[in-house]
Amino acid sequence: MKHSNWLYIYLLLLISLVPTLCVGTPTYNCSLRGSGDLGVVVERAKGSVLIVETTTHTRLAKIPNLGDLSHASVVYSRDQRYAYIFGRDGGLTKLDILCGKIIKRVMQAGNSVGGAISQDGRLIAVSNYTPGGVKVFDATSLELLADIPTRSKVVGLVDAPGQRFVFSLFDAGEIWVADMHQPRSPKITKFKGIGRQPYDALISPDGRYYIAGLFGEDGLALLDLWHLDARRILPNYGKGEVKKPVYKMPHLEGWAMASDYTFVPAIGQHAVLVIDQQWQALKRIPVYGQPVFVMARPDGRFVWVNFAFPNNDTVQVIDVMSLNIVKTLKPGKAVLHMEFTPRGEQVWISVRDDDRIKVYDTETFAEVATLAADKPSGIFFTARAHKIGL
Amino acid sequence: MKKLFTLLFFLPALSVYAEDISPQRQSELLHLLRHDCGACHGMTLQGGLGSPLLPHTLAIFPKAFLLNTILDGRAGTAMPPWRNFLTPSEAEWLLEQMLNGIKEIKNK
Repeated sequence: MKHSNWLYIYLLLLISLVPTLCVGTPTYNCSLRGSGDLGVVVERAKGSVLIVETTTHTRLAKIPNLGDLSHASVVYSRDQRYAYIFGRDGGLTKLDILCGKIIKRVMQAGNSVGGAISQDGRLIAVSNYTPGGVKVFDATSLELLADIPTRSKVVGLVDAPGQRFVFSLFDAGEIWVADMHQPRSPKITKFKGIGRQPYDALISPDGRYYIAGLFGEDGLALLDLWHLDARRILPNYGKGEVKKPVYKMPHLEGWAMASDYTFVPAIGQHAVLVIDQQWQALKRIPVYGQPVFVMARPDGRFVWVNFAFPNNDTVQVIDVMSLNIVKTLKPGKAVLHMEFTPRGEQVWISVRDDDRIKVYDTETFAEVATLAADKPSGIFFTARAHKIGL
Repeated sequence: MKKLFTLLFFLPALSVYAEDISPQRQSELLHLLRHDCGACHGMTLQGGLGSPLLPHTLAIFPKAFLLNTILDGRAGTAMPPWRNFLTPSEAEWLLEQMLNGIKEIKNK
């Protein structure tokens, strides 16, 4: 009797240890917690990502073996639990951020630049350079559902209302809209001759306007998704000035819109262009270098700007009311990305060559926290799960 | 005269060694290649918006053309000039590394 009691206790103890033994990081496992204050930071050299928490400014886990993340992008499932990571080498990884576990990983192309999740959250689209095109996967299983070849590098892939994906063709100078109501047979509408070498695009937060920045000419392409018509805006914004060299392509996202304006990087000029509600050029704000990210704080009151090499140690803040620069910060060497907390009280900034992430108070501009990260690049918070285009 | 001409022909090859590139500078140049050239060419040099910079993809071009591309960019494309950030000798050294394949990057 006594002997079997001890055996029972021993077995119970052994079973209770099993969950701890199964997990790589002893302090982080599938705990019952919210994901709303979580995020992912890309460690571009190591091919790993960090799972971070914004409330406490902490690193929760490091997930290795994600391939080539030297350019990487992330979208979130509609339940904010899974991060879909799009790697440079064509890798697509579904990561459970509550368990710190890779659920599934596929190599879907030779060279890839980003992706999107559909309006209903059931489809993941990936934007590929090689072979040029878009591939669409089931968000649960990562089964390939559709392949849309373009014979051109695809950029600026976003989701749009109406279960659509919209994207641009860098080499061909076109914008395509894919209706995905029948995922295995996308219906494509093509807009040709929209401008030379669209390098990226944004969709307005309400999902109506798709704006592609052009590299091959001064101007942007505007596609109104309600009327389905495309036209050029801000033609000749350079006014014939000699273009400065561009050492890193700017990136456009929906946060370009603040108050009544749209803020976009000029190409080949050290300037941010302000566009009014009639899509006319309102102001050209001279800034420290070639802008890469021009991001409005969630309330739209300020716009934060970072820059390309060689001016990439600096961040500037534009006051949307005055349209002037009100602050210049020096976070460190190679500021690659910025991400605001969902309501914008803080911003996380990746400083690649300092191997750090710096967190700033967006009201006082004080540095409030810093986290170690290996060559950090993109920072993606889970609030993106509920934003059109992100 | 012919001998002199032949000698002159080989002088450019010697210039790589004429300027001493310190280990620290070499490290800086490789960092530039990986991270800043890598912004378009990919950190592993397998390409992105820019073309791949791997030994077999570069070998088909004349060296002078490649050097020119590094220093002065290529008009009509997204490739900018890097003349302000490295000397011609340093560009040549970096090019040699690319043509031979860079272990430090390959091992990633």
